[in-house]
Amino acid sequence: MKYAIDFGPVLAAWPELLNGTLSTLKISSVSIVLGLIMGIGLMLLRASDSAAAMAMALGYIEIVRNTPFLVQVFFIFFGLPALGYRMGTEQAAILALSLNCAAYTAEIIRGGLDSIHKGQFEAGRALGLHRFDIFRFVVFRPAVRAVYPALCSQFILLMLTSSIVASISAEDLTYAAQTIDAQTFRSTEVYFVVGAIYLALSQLLSIVLQAIGRFYFSYPVK
Amino acid sequence: MADMAIEMAGVDKWFGSHQVLTGIDLSVARAEHIVLCGPSGSGKSTLIRCINHLEGTQAGSIRVGGIELGRDGTNVDQIRRNVGMVFQQFNLFPHLTVLENCTLAQRRVRKTAPADARDRAMTYLERVRIAEQAAKYPAQLSGGQQQRVAIARALCLGPDIMLFDEPTSALDPEMVKEVLDTMISLADDGITMICVTHEMGFARAVAHRVVFMDQGRIVESAPPGDFFGSPRHERTRAFLGQILNH
Repeated sequence: MKYAIDFGPVLAAWPELLNGTLSTLKISSVSIVLGLIMGIGLMLLRASDSAAAMAMALGYIEIVRNTPFLVQVFFIFFGLPALGYRMGTEQAAILALSLNCAAYTAEIIRGGLDSIHKGQFEAGRALGLHRFDIFRFVVFRPAVRAVYPALCSQFILLMLTSSIVASISAEDLTYAAQTIDAQTFRSTEVYFVVGAIYLALSQLLSIVLQAIGRFYFSYPVK
Repeated sequence: MADMAIEMAGVDKWFGSHQVLTGIDLSVARAEHIVLCGPSGSGKSTLIRCINHLEGTQAGSIRVGGIELGRDGTNVDQIRRNVGMVFQQFNLFPHLTVLENCTLAQRRVRKTAPADARDRAMTYLERVRIAEQAAKYPAQLSGGQQQRVAIARALCLGPDIMLFDEPTSALDPEMVKEVLDTMISLADDGITMICVTHEMGFARAVAHRVVFMDQGRIVESAPPGDFFGSPRHERTRAFLGQILNH
């Protein structure tokens, strides 16, 4: 029997799709912000003088980057409650995504710092600035500027990876797709539409990140 | 109150197994202007970088403004408050405007109020004749202008001592003069200066003493008249022969 494409039932479920899209946007944007903040903290630990802090940060980064994200989500959502930390699906999703994002962000920003000429650090020291002030006021912006495209790719990847949180029933866009699919049996149409929405979200995120970059890194360089 | 701005005694410095400074004894009086010269790799930049602890040392003692600089960095904050430094590559902060370059350390280190920091920065930018560029970014300036901003940035903190690490070596020839003129005008102010440079005209005009280094040691130290007129050491004569007659 020939399959007749019909988007009608899928489009009729637009409220679910809209909710799912907004939820994906919320989970992703909160995770990006938290992941960035934690990533900066992690990178500072990694660059610190304390061998213990350095080892901890490095161990964390290695574990996160060398285990599957799905396993990380399951560990947080199914594993942590056994240890006494219970949380909702959305919190678990945000926690998993930001912890994952932090490890990659820390490594990317460290790469940016490595690209900064040592004269910048020396000028800061000669002016009497303390280490954290040198990081915060002298080298942070140029370092992030140097790796900003890589950072943007990482954030877009996070948004796409967030579809995995549907597997713990966090009600994101992919979860909405699964629900509509179960109700309508219109798999082709559902995943086509949802794929298109993810594509649109990627483009949107990319535009927003580029605008932030233009604003934050507007200073001229030779 | 110490009479000496800087006192280095028996300073040794190693990079791994390579000794770059050997038994450095150097005393610099307040308001004295020293020009430090010598062949490439002789340790002259390393010597001045030890004074504000950008480089650590392995032996000997360093006192700056009467304060002992510990080899582990003890008192380094106090000493850096008193010592300004200008680098060969300017090292301005590219993401900050000229004005912000000059106010950052005032605000973070001296805790100066923003308006006061700004006024002080403008005073020194005028002093180096570049106040009209205050809103520009370093990349929008020529090398000579950038170096003058770097001088103003250091002066904003009111140092008693200024260290210059080959301040004109990275400049196009036509920009060397504007930077040297700025430094000469500083010298008239009674600030203590140590300048690593091969600009012998500057040495003649400004230096009270020219110190010649070779292979990590101070070979000769004399007022410019004697230094250029009758150098005592063979290595000094050879060096002067090379740089004055090319």
